[in-house]
Amino acid sequence: MNRRNGLLQRRASIIPGFGLTFGITLFALCVLVLVPLSAVFVKTAGMGWQAYADVALSSRALKAYKLSFGASAIAASINAVFGLMTAWVLVRYDFAGKRVISALVDLPFALPTAVAGIALTALYAPNGWLGRWLVPHGIEVAFHPLGIVVALTFVGLPFVVRTVEPVLADLGADVEEAAASLGASRFQTFRRVIFPAIAPALATGFALAFARAVGEYGSVIFIAGNMPYKSEIAPLLIIIQLEQFNYAGATAIAATMLVASFLLLLAINLLQGWQRRRMAS
Amino acid sequence: MRNNATTEPAWLRWALITLALGFLALNLLLPLLAVFGEALRKGITAYVAGIREPDAIAALRLTLTVAAIAVPLNIIIGLAASWAIAKFDFRWKSVLITLIDLPFSVSPVVAGLIYVLLFGLQGWFGPWLRAHDVQVIFAVPGLVLATVFVTFPFVARELIPLMEEQGRDEEEAALSLGASGLSTFWHVTLPNVRWGLMYGVLLCNARAMGEFGAVSVVSGHIRGKTNTLPLHIEILYNEYNFVAAFAVASILAGLALVTLVAKSLLEWRFAGQLAGRGH
Repeated sequence: MNRRNGLLQRRASIIPGFGLTFGITLFALCVLVLVPLSAVFVKTAGMGWQAYADVALSSRALKAYKLSFGASAIAASINAVFGLMTAWVLVRYDFAGKRVISALVDLPFALPTAVAGIALTALYAPNGWLGRWLVPHGIEVAFHPLGIVVALTFVGLPFVVRTVEPVLADLGADVEEAAASLGASRFQTFRRVIFPAIAPALATGFALAFARAVGEYGSVIFIAGNMPYKSEIAPLLIIIQLEQFNYAGATAIAATMLVASFLLLLAINLLQGWQRRRMAS
Repeated sequence: MRNNATTEPAWLRWALITLALGFLALNLLLPLLAVFGEALRKGITAYVAGIREPDAIAALRLTLTVAAIAVPLNIIIGLAASWAIAKFDFRWKSVLITLIDLPFSVSPVVAGLIYVLLFGLQGWFGPWLRAHDVQVIFAVPGLVLATVFVTFPFVARELIPLMEEQGRDEEEAALSLGASGLSTFWHVTLPNVRWGLMYGVLLCNARAMGEFGAVSVVSGHIRGKTNTLPLHIEILYNEYNFVAAFAVASILAGLALVTLVAKSLLEWRFAGQLAGRGH
Protein backbone atom coordinates (compact mmCIF):
# COMPACT_ATOMS: atom_id res chain seq x y z
CA MET A 1 0.00 0.00 0.00
CA ASN A 2 1.44 3.32 -0.96
CA ARG A 3 0.23 6.15 1.17
CA ARG A 4 0.52 9.64 -0.13
CA ASN A 5 2.04 12.20 2.19
CA GLY A 6 -0.86 14.41 3.21
CA LEU A 7 -0.87 18.15 3.61
CA LEU A 8 -0.18 17.81 7.31
CA GLN A 9 1.42 14.42 7.64
CA ARG A 10 5.19 14.46 7.62
CA ARG A 11 5.86 10.78 7.07
CA ALA A 12 3.69 8.14 5.44
CA SER A 13 2.46 5.49 7.85
CA ILE A 14 0.85 2.09 7.38
CA ILE A 15 -1.38 2.82 10.36
CA PRO A 16 -4.78 3.92 9.11
CA GLY A 17 -7.21 6.42 10.57
CA PHE A 18 -5.26 9.65 10.57
CA GLY A 19 -7.92 11.53 8.65
CA LEU A 20 -10.75 10.22 10.81
CA THR A 21 -9.15 10.73 14.23
CA PHE A 22 -7.51 14.04 13.34
CA GLY A 23 -10.82 15.16 11.88
CA ILE A 24 -12.79 14.25 15.02
CA THR A 25 -10.22 15.99 17.21
CA LEU A 26 -10.14 19.16 15.16
CA PHE A 27 -13.92 19.24 14.77
CA ALA A 28 -14.51 18.80 18.51
CA LEU A 29 -11.84 21.35 19.32
CA CYS A 30 -13.32 23.94 16.97
CA VAL A 31 -16.98 23.40 17.83
CA LEU A 32 -16.59 23.03 21.59
CA VAL A 33 -13.57 25.17 22.43
CA LEU A 34 -12.22 27.51 19.78
CA VAL A 35 -15.39 28.95 18.22
CA PRO A 36 -17.07 29.54 21.61
CA LEU A 37 -13.91 31.19 22.97
CA SER A 38 -13.62 33.36 19.88
CA ALA A 39 -17.13 34.67 20.60
CA VAL A 40 -15.70 36.48 23.63
CA PHE A 41 -13.14 38.33 21.53
CA VAL A 42 -15.48 39.05 18.62
CA LYS A 43 -18.04 40.52 20.99
CA THR A 44 -15.41 42.50 22.87
CA ALA A 45 -13.90 43.87 19.65
CA GLY A 46 -17.36 45.01 18.57
CA MET A 47 -18.13 47.03 21.67
CA GLY A 48 -15.56 49.79 21.24
CA TRP A 49 -12.81 50.88 23.62
CA GLN A 50 -14.89 53.15 25.82
CA ALA A 51 -17.58 50.57 26.50
CA TYR A 52 -14.87 47.99 27.22
CA ALA A 53 -12.92 50.22 29.57
CA ASP A 54 -16.06 51.35 31.42
CA VAL A 55 -16.59 47.83 32.74
CA ALA A 56 -13.39 45.85 32.38
CA LEU A 57 -11.13 48.65 33.61
CA SER A 58 -13.49 50.19 36.16
CA SER A 59 -12.06 50.72 39.62
CA ARG A 60 -14.22 47.87 40.94
CA ALA A 61 -12.90 45.49 38.25
CA LEU A 62 -9.29 46.56 38.79
CA LYS A 63 -9.68 45.87 42.52
CA ALA A 64 -11.10 42.43 41.68
CA TYR A 65 -8.19 41.55 39.35
CA LYS A 66 -5.74 42.72 41.98
CA LEU A 67 -7.42 40.54 44.59
CA SER A 68 -7.65 37.51 42.28
CA PHE A 69 -4.03 37.71 41.20
CA GLY A 70 -2.72 38.70 44.63
CA ALA A 71 -4.56 35.96 46.52
CA SER A 72 -3.60 33.43 43.83
CA ALA A 73 0.07 34.41 44.09
CA ILE A 74 0.04 34.05 47.88
CA ALA A 75 -1.81 30.71 47.71
CA ALA A 76 0.52 29.36 45.01
CA SER A 77 3.54 30.44 47.09
CA ILE A 78 2.19 28.64 50.17
CA ASN A 79 1.61 25.61 47.96
CA ALA A 80 5.12 25.83 46.52
CA VAL A 81 6.61 25.64 50.03
CA PHE A 82 4.32 22.97 51.48
CA GLY A 83 3.94 21.15 48.16
CA LEU A 84 7.71 20.77 47.89
CA MET A 85 7.85 19.64 51.50
CA THR A 86 5.05 17.10 50.91
CA ALA A 87 6.67 15.78 47.72
CA TRP A 88 10.02 15.52 49.53
CA VAL A 89 8.54 13.63 52.46
CA LEU A 90 6.58 11.29 50.16
CA VAL A 91 9.57 10.49 47.94
CA ARG A 92 12.37 10.30 50.49
CA TYR A 93 11.01 9.13 53.82
CA ASP A 94 9.17 6.09 55.02
CA PHE A 95 6.38 6.39 57.54
CA ALA A 96 3.12 4.67 58.43
CA GLY A 97 0.14 5.54 56.26
CA LYS A 98 2.21 6.96 53.43
CA ARG A 99 -0.02 5.50 50.72
CA VAL A 100 -3.14 6.97 52.28
CA ILE A 101 -1.45 10.37 52.59
CA SER A 102 -0.35 10.18 48.98
CA ALA A 103 -3.94 9.46 47.88
CA LEU A 104 -5.24 12.29 50.06
CA VAL A 105 -3.04 14.80 48.23
CA ASP A 106 -5.28 14.42 45.17
CA LEU A 107 -8.45 15.20 47.13
CA PRO A 108 -8.77 18.71 45.61
CA PHE A 109 -8.86 17.12 42.13
CA ALA A 110 -11.72 14.84 43.17
CA LEU A 111 -13.75 16.93 45.61
CA PRO A 112 -16.22 19.30 43.91
CA THR A 113 -15.26 22.92 44.49
CA ALA A 114 -18.65 23.83 45.94
CA VAL A 115 -18.26 21.11 48.57
CA ALA A 116 -14.79 22.36 49.42
CA GLY A 117 -16.17 25.89 49.61
CA ILE A 118 -18.92 25.20 52.12
CA ALA A 119 -16.66 22.88 54.15
CA LEU A 120 -13.94 25.53 54.49
CA THR A 121 -16.54 28.15 55.36
CA ALA A 122 -17.98 25.90 58.06
CA LEU A 123 -14.47 25.40 59.49
CA TYR A 124 -13.46 29.04 59.57
CA ALA A 125 -16.80 30.73 60.33
CA PRO A 126 -16.81 32.44 63.75
CA ASN A 127 -18.62 29.44 65.28
CA GLY A 128 -16.74 26.81 63.25
CA TRP A 129 -14.21 24.19 64.39
CA LEU A 130 -11.27 26.49 63.65
CA GLY A 131 -13.01 29.86 63.59
CA ARG A 132 -14.02 29.71 67.24
CA TRP A 133 -10.30 29.61 68.17
CA LEU A 134 -9.04 32.04 65.54
CA VAL A 135 -11.66 34.80 65.67
CA PRO A 136 -11.14 35.62 69.39
CA HIS A 137 -7.46 36.15 68.52
CA GLY A 138 -8.40 38.62 65.82
CA ILE A 139 -7.68 36.24 62.93
CA GLU A 140 -10.73 36.45 60.72
CA VAL A 141 -10.65 34.05 57.79
CA ALA A 142 -14.20 33.42 56.62
CA PHE A 143 -15.85 36.38 54.85
CA HIS A 144 -12.48 38.14 54.60
CA PRO A 145 -9.79 38.16 51.89
CA LEU A 146 -7.77 35.66 53.97
CA GLY A 147 -10.54 33.13 53.32
CA ILE A 148 -9.90 33.45 49.59
CA VAL A 149 -6.26 32.52 50.15
CA VAL A 150 -7.33 29.49 52.22
CA ALA A 151 -9.69 28.27 49.49
CA LEU A 152 -7.14 28.81 46.71
CA THR A 153 -4.48 27.00 48.74
CA PHE A 154 -6.85 24.05 48.98
CA VAL A 155 -7.44 23.79 45.21
CA GLY A 156 -3.80 24.34 44.20
CA LEU A 157 -1.80 21.94 46.37
CA PRO A 158 -1.83 18.79 44.18
CA PHE A 159 -0.51 20.73 41.18
CA VAL A 160 2.78 21.43 42.98
CA VAL A 161 3.11 18.00 44.63
CA ARG A 162 2.34 16.03 41.45
CA THR A 163 4.71 18.13 39.33
CA VAL A 164 7.66 18.03 41.74
CA GLU A 165 7.27 14.42 42.92
CA PRO A 166 8.37 12.56 39.74
CA VAL A 167 11.37 14.86 39.23
CA LEU A 168 12.47 14.37 42.81
CA ALA A 169 12.07 10.60 42.47
CA ASP A 170 14.18 10.54 39.29
CA LEU A 171 17.03 12.45 40.89
CA GLY A 172 19.97 10.06 41.22
CA ALA A 173 21.72 9.61 44.55
CA ASP A 174 25.12 9.81 42.83
CA VAL A 175 25.19 13.62 42.52
CA GLU A 176 24.31 13.95 46.18
CA GLU A 177 26.99 11.44 47.14
CA ALA A 178 29.49 13.36 45.04
CA ALA A 179 28.51 16.60 46.76
CA ALA A 180 28.82 14.98 50.20
CA SER A 181 32.17 13.42 49.40
CA LEU A 182 33.45 16.82 48.32
CA GLY A 183 32.58 18.10 51.79
CA ALA A 184 29.24 19.80 51.18
CA SER A 185 26.85 19.94 54.09
CA ARG A 186 23.35 18.55 53.62
CA PHE A 187 21.95 22.08 53.35
CA GLN A 188 24.58 23.07 50.77
CA THR A 189 23.77 19.96 48.75
CA PHE A 190 20.10 20.86 48.80
CA ARG A 191 20.67 24.46 47.82
CA ARG A 192 23.30 23.89 45.14
CA VAL A 193 22.53 20.43 43.75
CA ILE A 194 18.96 19.35 44.47
CA PHE A 195 17.13 22.65 44.29
CA PRO A 196 18.51 23.71 40.87
CA ALA A 197 17.46 20.30 39.50
CA ILE A 198 13.88 20.57 40.73
CA ALA A 199 13.49 24.34 40.25
CA PRO A 200 11.87 24.08 36.79
CA ALA A 201 9.32 21.54 38.09
CA LEU A 202 8.63 23.68 41.14
CA ALA A 203 8.14 26.74 38.95
CA THR A 204 5.80 24.76 36.67
CA GLY A 205 3.81 23.53 39.68
CA PHE A 206 3.59 27.10 41.01
CA ALA A 207 2.37 28.36 37.62
CA LEU A 208 -0.24 25.58 37.33
CA ALA A 209 -1.53 26.25 40.84
CA PHE A 210 -1.55 29.99 40.14
CA ALA A 211 -3.41 29.59 36.83
CA ARG A 212 -6.00 27.37 38.45
CA ALA A 213 -6.44 29.79 41.34
CA VAL A 214 -6.95 32.86 39.15
CA GLY A 215 -10.00 31.32 37.49
CA GLU A 216 -11.34 29.50 40.54
CA TYR A 217 -14.91 30.26 41.50
CA GLY A 218 -16.77 27.48 43.34
CA SER A 219 -14.58 27.10 46.40
CA VAL A 220 -14.08 30.85 46.84
CA ILE A 221 -17.53 32.42 46.71
CA PHE A 222 -18.81 30.75 49.86
CA ILE A 223 -15.91 31.80 52.05
CA ALA A 224 -15.05 35.17 50.49
CA GLY A 225 -17.93 37.28 51.75
CA ASN A 226 -18.05 38.88 48.29
CA MET A 227 -17.91 42.55 49.33
CA PRO A 228 -17.36 44.90 46.36
CA TYR A 229 -13.88 46.47 46.38
CA LYS A 230 -12.92 44.22 49.28
CA SER A 231 -13.41 40.51 48.81
CA GLU A 232 -14.84 40.22 45.31
CA ILE A 233 -12.87 38.01 42.88
CA ALA A 234 -12.80 38.59 39.12
CA PRO A 235 -14.84 35.51 38.08
CA LEU A 236 -17.60 36.61 40.49
CA LEU A 237 -17.72 39.97 38.73
CA ILE A 238 -18.61 38.14 35.49
CA ILE A 239 -21.48 36.39 37.28
CA ILE A 240 -22.71 39.69 38.72
CA GLN A 241 -22.75 41.30 35.26
CA LEU A 242 -24.66 38.30 33.90
CA GLU A 243 -27.22 38.50 36.70
CA GLN A 244 -27.85 42.11 35.66
CA PHE A 245 -28.22 40.91 32.04
CA ASN A 246 -25.18 43.00 31.13
CA TYR A 247 -23.74 40.50 28.66
CA ALA A 248 -21.36 43.06 27.16
CA GLY A 249 -19.93 43.83 30.58
CA ALA A 250 -19.53 40.15 31.44
CA THR A 251 -17.80 39.56 28.11
CA ALA A 252 -15.41 42.47 28.57
CA ILE A 253 -14.20 41.13 31.91
CA ALA A 254 -14.06 37.58 30.49
CA ALA A 255 -11.88 38.78 27.60
CA THR A 256 -9.47 40.41 30.04
CA MET A 257 -9.26 37.23 32.09
CA LEU A 258 -8.83 35.08 28.97
CA VAL A 259 -5.84 37.14 27.88
CA ALA A 260 -4.35 36.58 31.33
CA SER A 261 -5.06 32.83 31.00
CA PHE A 262 -3.35 32.67 27.61
CA LEU A 263 -0.28 34.46 28.94
CA LEU A 264 -0.17 32.02 31.86
CA LEU A 265 -0.54 29.07 29.48
CA LEU A 266 2.37 30.42 27.44
CA ALA A 267 4.45 30.79 30.60
CA ILE A 268 3.60 27.22 31.64
CA ASN A 269 4.62 25.89 28.22
CA LEU A 270 7.94 27.73 28.40
CA LEU A 271 8.53 26.40 31.93
CA GLN A 272 7.75 22.83 30.83
CA GLY A 273 10.20 23.21 27.95
CA TRP A 274 12.83 24.36 30.46
CA GLN A 275 12.04 21.36 32.63
CA ARG A 276 12.38 18.92 29.69
CA ARG A 277 15.72 20.41 28.70
CA ARG A 278 16.92 20.20 32.31
CA MET A 279 15.81 16.56 32.54
CA ALA A 280 17.45 15.69 29.23
CA SER A 281 20.83 17.18 30.10
CA MET B 1 18.94 2.49 50.70
CA ARG B 2 20.33 5.94 51.25
CA ASN B 3 23.36 6.30 53.46
CA ASN B 4 24.05 8.95 56.06
CA ALA B 5 25.71 11.33 53.65
CA THR B 6 22.61 11.64 51.47
CA THR B 7 19.88 11.83 54.04
CA GLU B 8 18.95 14.25 56.77
CA PRO B 9 19.44 13.91 60.53
CA ALA B 10 16.53 12.13 62.22
CA TRP B 11 15.25 15.26 63.96
CA LEU B 12 14.99 17.10 60.64
CA ARG B 13 13.29 14.14 58.97
CA TRP B 14 10.65 14.00 61.66
CA ALA B 15 10.25 17.77 61.68
CA LEU B 16 9.61 17.77 57.92
CA ILE B 17 7.20 14.83 58.12
CA THR B 18 5.31 16.49 60.98
CA LEU B 19 5.10 19.83 59.16
CA ALA B 20 3.95 18.29 55.88
CA LEU B 21 1.38 16.02 57.52
CA GLY B 22 0.17 18.85 59.71
CA PHE B 23 -0.37 21.01 56.66
CA LEU B 24 -2.23 18.21 54.85
CA ALA B 25 -4.38 17.51 57.91
CA LEU B 26 -5.34 21.17 58.24
CA ASN B 27 -5.77 21.88 54.55
CA LEU B 28 -7.26 18.62 53.21
CA LEU B 29 -8.38 16.23 55.93
CA LEU B 30 -10.20 18.74 58.12
CA PRO B 31 -12.45 20.10 55.31
CA LEU B 32 -13.32 16.53 54.35
CA LEU B 33 -14.24 15.65 57.92
CA ALA B 34 -16.20 18.90 58.23
CA VAL B 35 -18.51 17.82 55.39
CA PHE B 36 -19.58 14.67 57.21
CA GLY B 37 -19.53 16.33 60.64
CA GLU B 38 -21.85 19.13 59.56
CA ALA B 39 -24.09 16.72 57.63
CA LEU B 40 -24.67 14.59 60.72
CA ARG B 41 -24.84 17.48 63.16
CA LYS B 42 -28.60 17.16 63.73
CA GLY B 43 -28.61 13.37 63.64
CA ILE B 44 -29.19 10.70 61.08
CA THR B 45 -32.88 11.49 60.53
CA ALA B 46 -32.20 15.05 59.41
CA TYR B 47 -29.38 13.73 57.23
CA VAL B 48 -31.58 11.19 55.47
CA ALA B 49 -34.36 13.76 55.07
CA GLY B 50 -31.90 16.11 53.35
CA ILE B 51 -30.82 13.46 50.86
CA ARG B 52 -34.30 12.12 50.15
CA GLU B 53 -35.88 15.45 49.42
CA PRO B 54 -37.41 15.41 45.87
CA ASP B 55 -35.33 18.36 44.62
CA ALA B 56 -32.14 16.65 45.79
CA ILE B 57 -33.11 13.47 43.97
CA ALA B 58 -33.94 15.46 40.82
CA ALA B 59 -30.52 17.15 41.09
CA LEU B 60 -28.80 13.79 41.50
CA ARG B 61 -30.61 12.46 38.45
CA LEU B 62 -29.59 15.50 36.40
CA THR B 63 -25.96 15.22 37.51
CA LEU B 64 -25.88 11.56 36.48
CA THR B 65 -27.53 12.38 33.13
CA VAL B 66 -25.05 15.14 32.32
CA ALA B 67 -22.08 12.94 33.26
CA ALA B 68 -23.54 10.02 31.27
CA ILE B 69 -23.46 12.19 28.13
CA ALA B 70 -20.31 14.23 28.78
CA VAL B 71 -17.99 11.38 29.82
CA PRO B 72 -18.56 9.13 26.74
CA LEU B 73 -18.12 12.19 24.50
CA ASN B 74 -14.85 12.83 26.28
CA ILE B 75 -13.75 9.22 25.74
CA ILE B 76 -14.40 9.45 21.99
CA ILE B 77 -12.56 12.76 21.68
CA GLY B 78 -9.72 11.55 23.91
CA LEU B 79 -9.22 8.30 21.97
CA ALA B 80 -9.37 10.11 18.62
CA ALA B 81 -6.94 12.81 19.72
CA SER B 82 -4.43 10.39 21.25
CA TRP B 83 -4.56 8.07 18.20
CA ALA B 84 -3.91 10.96 15.82
CA ILE B 85 -1.18 12.49 17.97
CA ALA B 86 0.65 9.36 19.12
CA LYS B 87 0.48 7.21 16.01
CA PHE B 88 1.31 9.82 13.36
CA ASP B 89 3.84 12.57 12.69
CA PHE B 90 2.38 15.80 11.51
CA ARG B 91 3.00 19.50 11.47
CA TRP B 92 1.69 21.71 14.31
CA LYS B 93 1.40 18.71 16.64
CA SER B 94 2.57 20.65 19.70
CA VAL B 95 0.10 23.44 18.89
CA LEU B 96 -2.71 20.87 18.79
CA ILE B 97 -1.68 19.46 22.17
CA THR B 98 -1.59 22.96 23.67
CA LEU B 99 -5.07 23.68 22.29
CA ILE B 100 -6.42 20.45 23.78
CA ASP B 101 -5.05 21.57 27.16
CA LEU B 102 -6.46 25.07 26.75
CA PRO B 103 -9.72 24.51 28.71
CA PHE B 104 -7.64 23.81 31.84
CA SER B 105 -6.47 27.41 31.89
CA VAL B 106 -9.87 28.98 31.27
CA SER B 107 -11.91 30.04 34.28
CA PRO B 108 -15.01 27.83 34.67
CA VAL B 109 -17.14 30.96 34.73
CA VAL B 110 -15.79 32.01 31.34
CA ALA B 111 -16.40 28.44 30.12
CA GLY B 112 -20.08 28.87 30.91
CA LEU B 113 -20.25 32.39 29.54
CA ILE B 114 -19.00 31.45 26.07
CA TYR B 115 -21.99 29.16 25.51
CA VAL B 116 -24.36 31.90 26.67
CA LEU B 117 -22.75 34.16 24.06
CA LEU B 118 -23.40 31.53 21.39
CA PHE B 119 -26.73 30.00 22.36
CA GLY B 120 -28.32 32.48 24.80
CA LEU B 121 -31.31 34.59 23.79
CA GLN B 122 -29.05 37.47 22.70
CA GLY B 123 -26.35 35.12 21.42
CA TRP B 124 -25.14 34.40 17.88
CA PHE B 125 -27.52 31.46 17.39
CA GLY B 126 -30.10 32.64 19.92
CA PRO B 127 -32.76 33.93 17.51
CA TRP B 128 -32.46 30.86 15.27
CA LEU B 129 -32.73 28.47 18.22
CA ARG B 130 -35.75 30.35 19.52
CA ALA B 131 -37.44 30.27 16.12
CA HIS B 132 -36.99 26.51 16.07
CA ASP B 133 -37.99 26.10 19.70
CA VAL B 134 -34.69 24.58 20.80
CA GLN B 135 -33.44 25.47 24.24
CA VAL B 136 -29.74 25.09 24.96
CA ILE B 137 -29.07 27.59 27.72
CA PHE B 138 -30.98 27.01 30.97
CA ALA B 139 -31.51 23.42 29.80
CA VAL B 140 -29.68 20.09 29.69
CA PRO B 141 -27.76 20.71 26.40
CA GLY B 142 -26.11 23.80 27.90
CA LEU B 143 -25.11 21.88 31.02
CA VAL B 144 -23.60 19.13 28.86
CA LEU B 145 -21.70 21.63 26.67
CA ALA B 146 -20.23 23.47 29.67
CA THR B 147 -19.27 20.15 31.27
CA VAL B 148 -17.63 18.84 28.10
CA PHE B 149 -15.63 22.07 27.86
CA VAL B 150 -14.19 21.91 31.37
CA THR B 151 -13.42 18.17 31.09
CA PHE B 152 -12.14 18.35 27.49
CA PRO B 153 -8.45 17.55 28.22
CA PHE B 154 -8.91 14.81 30.86
CA VAL B 155 -8.90 11.58 28.81
CA ALA B 156 -6.69 12.94 26.02
CA ARG B 157 -3.89 14.13 28.28
CA GLU B 158 -3.79 10.76 30.05
CA LEU B 159 -3.73 8.77 26.80
CA ILE B 160 -1.40 10.88 24.63
CA PRO B 161 1.80 10.32 26.68
CA LEU B 162 0.85 6.68 27.29
CA MET B 163 0.32 5.90 23.59
CA GLU B 164 3.48 7.81 22.69
CA GLU B 165 5.42 5.69 25.19
CA GLN B 166 4.03 2.49 23.73
CA GLY B 167 5.04 3.41 20.20
CA ARG B 168 3.64 2.02 16.98
CA ASP B 169 5.36 -1.37 16.64
CA GLU B 170 2.48 -3.50 17.86
CA GLU B 171 -0.05 -1.76 15.64
CA GLU B 172 2.26 -2.02 12.65
CA ALA B 173 2.82 -5.71 13.33
CA ALA B 174 -0.93 -6.39 13.53
CA LEU B 175 -1.59 -4.45 10.35
CA SER B 176 1.17 -6.16 8.42
CA LEU B 177 -0.30 -9.50 9.49
CA GLY B 178 -3.50 -8.45 7.80
CA ALA B 179 -5.61 -7.10 10.64
CA SER B 180 -7.95 -4.27 9.73
CA GLY B 181 -7.45 -0.85 11.23
CA LEU B 182 -10.50 -1.20 13.45
CA SER B 183 -9.61 -4.63 14.77
CA THR B 184 -6.04 -3.45 15.40
CA PHE B 185 -7.43 -0.63 17.50
CA TRP B 186 -9.87 -2.95 19.26
CA HIS B 187 -7.54 -5.89 19.94
CA VAL B 188 -4.13 -4.22 20.24
CA THR B 189 -4.32 -0.54 21.15
CA LEU B 190 -7.35 -0.49 23.44
CA PRO B 191 -6.17 -3.36 25.70
CA ASN B 192 -2.79 -1.64 25.95
CA VAL B 193 -4.24 1.65 27.14
CA ARG B 194 -7.29 0.41 29.06
CA TRP B 195 -5.96 1.25 32.55
CA GLY B 196 -4.79 4.65 31.41
CA LEU B 197 -8.20 5.20 29.84
CA MET B 198 -9.89 4.18 33.07
CA TYR B 199 -7.68 6.60 34.99
CA GLY B 200 -8.64 9.44 32.69
CA VAL B 201 -12.34 8.53 32.82
CA LEU B 202 -12.23 8.49 36.61
CA LEU B 203 -10.85 12.02 36.84
CA CYS B 204 -13.11 13.21 34.03
CA ASN B 205 -16.18 11.81 35.77
CA ALA B 206 -15.26 13.36 39.12
CA ARG B 207 -14.93 16.75 37.48
CA ALA B 208 -18.09 16.30 35.39
CA MET B 209 -20.21 15.47 38.44
CA GLY B 210 -18.62 18.13 40.60
CA GLU B 211 -18.38 21.06 38.19
CA PHE B 212 -19.85 24.21 39.64
CA GLY B 213 -18.77 27.48 38.02
CA ALA B 214 -19.39 26.60 34.38
CA VAL B 215 -22.76 24.91 34.92
CA SER B 216 -23.79 27.68 37.30
CA VAL B 217 -23.69 30.17 34.40
CA VAL B 218 -25.71 28.06 31.95
CA SER B 219 -28.14 26.40 34.35
CA GLY B 220 -30.60 29.16 35.21
CA HIS B 221 -31.01 27.54 38.65
CA ILE B 222 -34.50 26.20 38.11
CA ARG B 223 -35.15 24.11 41.19
CA GLY B 224 -35.87 20.45 40.49
CA LYS B 225 -35.23 21.02 36.78
CA THR B 226 -31.83 22.49 35.86
CA ASN B 227 -30.01 22.23 39.18
CA THR B 228 -27.19 19.73 39.34
CA LEU B 229 -26.04 18.47 42.74
CA PRO B 230 -23.35 21.14 43.26
CA LEU B 231 -25.85 23.88 42.33
CA HIS B 232 -28.44 22.38 44.64
CA ILE B 233 -25.88 22.54 47.45
CA GLU B 234 -25.41 26.26 46.81
CA ILE B 235 -29.15 26.94 46.96
CA LEU B 236 -29.61 24.99 50.19
CA TYR B 237 -26.59 26.71 51.71
CA ASN B 238 -27.80 30.18 50.76
CA GLU B 239 -31.17 29.35 52.34
CA TYR B 240 -29.29 28.58 55.58
CA ASN B 241 -30.44 24.98 55.29
CA PHE B 242 -26.97 23.83 56.33
CA VAL B 243 -27.74 20.26 57.34
CA ALA B 244 -29.40 19.52 53.98
CA ALA B 245 -26.59 21.33 52.10
CA PHE B 246 -23.92 19.25 53.82
CA ALA B 247 -26.00 16.07 53.50
CA VAL B 248 -26.09 16.54 49.72
CA ALA B 249 -22.43 17.57 49.78
CA SER B 250 -21.59 14.33 51.58
CA ILE B 251 -22.85 12.38 48.53
CA LEU B 252 -20.33 14.21 46.37
CA ALA B 253 -17.62 13.87 49.02
CA GLY B 254 -18.34 10.12 49.03
CA LEU B 255 -17.95 10.11 45.25
CA ALA B 256 -14.62 11.93 45.64
CA LEU B 257 -13.42 9.30 48.13
CA VAL B 258 -14.45 6.45 45.82
CA THR B 259 -12.60 8.23 42.99
CA LEU B 260 -9.47 8.58 45.12
CA VAL B 261 -9.53 4.92 46.20
CA ALA B 262 -10.08 3.66 42.64
CA LYS B 263 -7.37 6.00 41.35
CA SER B 264 -4.90 4.80 43.99
CA LEU B 265 -5.69 1.16 43.22
CA LEU B 266 -4.96 1.83 39.55
CA GLU B 267 -1.71 3.57 40.47
CA TRP B 268 -0.52 0.72 42.70
CA ARG B 269 -1.54 -2.21 40.54
CA PHE B 270 -0.97 -0.87 37.05
CA ALA B 271 1.71 1.79 37.56
CA GLY B 272 3.57 0.52 34.50
CA GLN B 273 0.50 0.89 32.33
CA LEU B 274 -0.24 4.49 33.24
CA ALA B 275 1.47 7.57 31.92
CA GLY B 276 1.95 10.80 33.87
CA ARG B 277 -0.01 11.53 37.00
CA GLY B 278 -3.06 13.40 35.82
CA HIS B 279 -4.11 16.91 36.65
